[in-house]
Amino acid sequence: MSERVAVDLKVNGTTHRVSVPAMRTLMAVLRDDLGLTGTKNACDQGVCGSCTVLIDGAPARACLALAVALPGIAITTVEGLAQGDTLSPVQQAFLDAGAIQCGFCMPGMIIQATALLAENKRPSEDDIRHSISGNLCRCSGYTKVIEAISLAASRLTP
Amino acid sequence: MNAPGAPIGLSLPRLEAGEKAIGTALYTGDMVLPGMLHGAIVQSPHAHARILGYDTSKALAVPGVRAVITGDDIEFRYMGLVVKDETAIAKGKVRYIGEPVAAVAAIDAETARRAAQLIEIRYQPLPAVTTIEEALHDGAPMLHEDFAKYAKIYDAPVGRGNLLAHSIATQGDPAKGFAMADVVVEETYTIAAQYHAYMEPCAALAAFDPSGKVTVWSSTQSIFRTQANLHECLGLPMTKIRCIAPRVGGGFGGKSEATVEPIAVLLAKKGRAPVRLVLSRNQDMTAMRTRHPGWIRLKTGATKDGRLVARDCELWFDGGAYADDSPAVMNFALYFVRGPYEIPNVHCEGYAVYTNRMRAGAFRGFGNPQMTFATESQMDALAAKLRLDPIELRIKNALPNGARWFGGQAVTESTLVEALETARTRAGWDKPMPPAPPGKRRGRGVAAMAHSSAFLSTGAIVRLQNDGTIAVQVGAVDIGQGSDTALSQMAASAFQLPVEQINLATPDTDSAPYNSGTNASRVTFMVGKAVGEAAFKARDQIIEHAAAMLGVKRDEVSLAPGGRVVVTGGSRHNAEVSFADVAARSIWAVGGPVIGSSAVMASHAMDQGHTKMSGWLSFEAVGIYTFGAQIVEVEIDEVTGAVEVTRAVCVHDVGRAINPCATVGQIEGGFAQGMGYGLCEEMVFEDGRLANPSFMDYKIPSALEVPKTIECVLIEKPEASHPFGARGIGEPPLVGAAAAIANAVADAIGKPLTRLPLTPERVLRALLAQ
Repeated sequence: MSERVAVDLKVNGTTHRVSVPAMRTLMAVLRDDLGLTGTKNACDQGVCGSCTVLIDGAPARACLALAVALPGIAITTVEGLAQGDTLSPVQQAFLDAGAIQCGFCMPGMIIQATALLAENKRPSEDDIRHSISGNLCRCSGYTKVIEAISLAASRLTP
Repeated sequence: MNAPGAPIGLSLPRLEAGEKAIGTALYTGDMVLPGMLHGAIVQSPHAHARILGYDTSKALAVPGVRAVITGDDIEFRYMGLVVKDETAIAKGKVRYIGEPVAAVAAIDAETARRAAQLIEIRYQPLPAVTTIEEALHDGAPMLHEDFAKYAKIYDAPVGRGNLLAHSIATQGDPAKGFAMADVVVEETYTIAAQYHAYMEPCAALAAFDPSGKVTVWSSTQSIFRTQANLHECLGLPMTKIRCIAPRVGGGFGGKSEATVEPIAVLLAKKGRAPVRLVLSRNQDMTAMRTRHPGWIRLKTGATKDGRLVARDCELWFDGGAYADDSPAVMNFALYFVRGPYEIPNVHCEGYAVYTNRMRAGAFRGFGNPQMTFATESQMDALAAKLRLDPIELRIKNALPNGARWFGGQAVTESTLVEALETARTRAGWDKPMPPAPPGKRRGRGVAAMAHSSAFLSTGAIVRLQNDGTIAVQVGAVDIGQGSDTALSQMAASAFQLPVEQINLATPDTDSAPYNSGTNASRVTFMVGKAVGEAAFKARDQIIEHAAAMLGVKRDEVSLAPGGRVVVTGGSRHNAEVSFADVAARSIWAVGGPVIGSSAVMASHAMDQGHTKMSGWLSFEAVGIYTFGAQIVEVEIDEVTGAVEVTRAVCVHDVGRAINPCATVGQIEGGFAQGMGYGLCEEMVFEDGRLANPSFMDYKIPSALEVPKTIECVLIEKPEASHPFGARGIGEPPLVGAAAAIANAVADAIGKPLTRLPLTPERVLRALLAQ
């Protein structure tokens, strides 16, 4: 077992002091040490996008990042998007468009869409497809996911 | 049928969509119990080997390890749906590369994984058979020496080596039929193994309580199949096994039978603590299940005016190392040997074979996508030979209402012609496609399809709760398709309540009536039927109570929206009582609690003389047949051979869409999965070893590959045998997708390809060969 290292992780605006093995991924720390299980593990090798979180505002694979390398850096997980009981515009659009089926890929998909819309207020359908092309979904065929992201964009930037 | 607040036909968001969007939905791998240990498995490196012994001392010496289990921890007890041939973990032998052979429970997942690598297993490698052909050689090594002794629920071909199942069916006089044919086409179609690729890998959490009862939460499609498998392989009575399904991240058939539950239970027992075992993607891809690979030889005869007169079919499925659902899948494929057409003379034989590869099992379509790829490809080959339009040929031979399906069941409602006509109009089939840009080729293809919904038994319990809301208990698992919402909508409709006043219970073997599983496009159809029947019984009791309370006759009251029973007419017109008032009377004064229950099973009268059968063709339980048609347009890159699906029109008979948005979601997702099957998904095995066990090397369609438009058209003719008019739609969208794409590719390159998937390499070879 590798040495434990203390690190201050700033997740969804709250700083957590955790002591974790140096090789433990951000995904494992979020899920197992902080109990933030919204971030999903579906491939463990950075291919499927289910564990996508925002690191300093940019989408990143939590399964490829080491927690100890991220002291004090703002990390946003899917649990950090809603304001109290109010869903974020992207989350709400995913509900309204009926984009959510089994839901396992959705935290990563929603984070990815949030990052896209922060950068590109009026994404074209092609922009959306490219943006989520690293987020695999087996249920939806992506049609309603793309509709949801377009809907969120149109609500955020009427 | 509908009323304000009684939402049949409304596109309500899934009941659990909110929790899934904010990340609080709990899947098995998200659950934590006090003192919980983490499991890890060791997999066989051999395709076939005798296990000589284990040395677990190094693993047990790792700090934090609480238990190690191997085949030595179990007796030879077998589980399985139709052949009891699987132990909880490998014992005596391993039969495929990737088979779980030992497992560890430790205080955290990293420790468990590390300790698992330290378990030493001594093997004596045995000759392996990794293809159908090898498995059938004279003197081929037997996977299951005890096959004759295994419990089976069908007439199995004992004493024929690795042959697992063999069925024959004959209708009419095939020789005479072929003699009548002016045109005969014959081809062999080869199909690859597809991976389910549910996004949530298989997972289980097992915990014993002080009474010795084990509760198992798992990512499963059937709590009752999980319970039955645990009972069979561990020897625990069902009184000591409770199975629960929390949120499930997709299944597509792959989680129909036991996955890692038996191992989790063994670890929890030995480790004396709850154990959570979650497979990695690599483990899931190498240890679990695939769609059946194999080949289908198909021969069809037609008259020169385009009447199908005879068909001959030989189908071979590679079932892998354990029987699992293979005999059922093979037989199910044969149900669709005629496609949705009238063919008077048919002979078919189906075979399923054991090989030293991971097991093939249930997968969305259950053998029908393979068969439909063959039959619908052949329809186009025939159309070309007869110089007939492919849609015309299909319409000409469409099974008419009242005609007998292969096997002998009368088909009451066929919407095939309507589906084909709708697709033709919608896709602009009769107009030529615009010319392809330079370097590309364009093509358009059609596939018709039929599938069943029903099979197997189910029940429901519907109860009036004290506050006037309704509790519904079913054993059906929502694996993402939206059945919890659809069933709630149906129950809400029966009581004219808003859906929020329905409490659909978590599937739990301790409280739910039996349900076989989320398979066979059956939950909305069969469980919906059960919910309807139980709800109507409870509703009758409510009406009876209300009439007595209001002092009027039964037929003088009726249900009103919002949980009320109102007097209609007479001196007490508009007097009413609430459901809560009724509940109070029932539990405190008269009659006892309001409870409706139901038990349903599909069983249809057959014309016994229609088709002669041997093997295991249980046509009577098929239920209803459901029809659809898909047209796709493709663009092929002449340099790379890559096929892009540019448009898909999917027309499906859904009876009645309980939740249209969810219904369309099923069609879009099913088409996309079928597209993967048709174009890019292939589990490549080299001597039994999966060569592409990751999402890096095994590609499922991404947002860049799916067509820009998947146009879904719903045919809604309420199904008479269902209380809310629904038909199953889980599988049909996938069933014909690969065939439609293959026909479009054939149209584009002028030559049919008979091997799935249509990879760029295969398409390019076909182009270059011209």
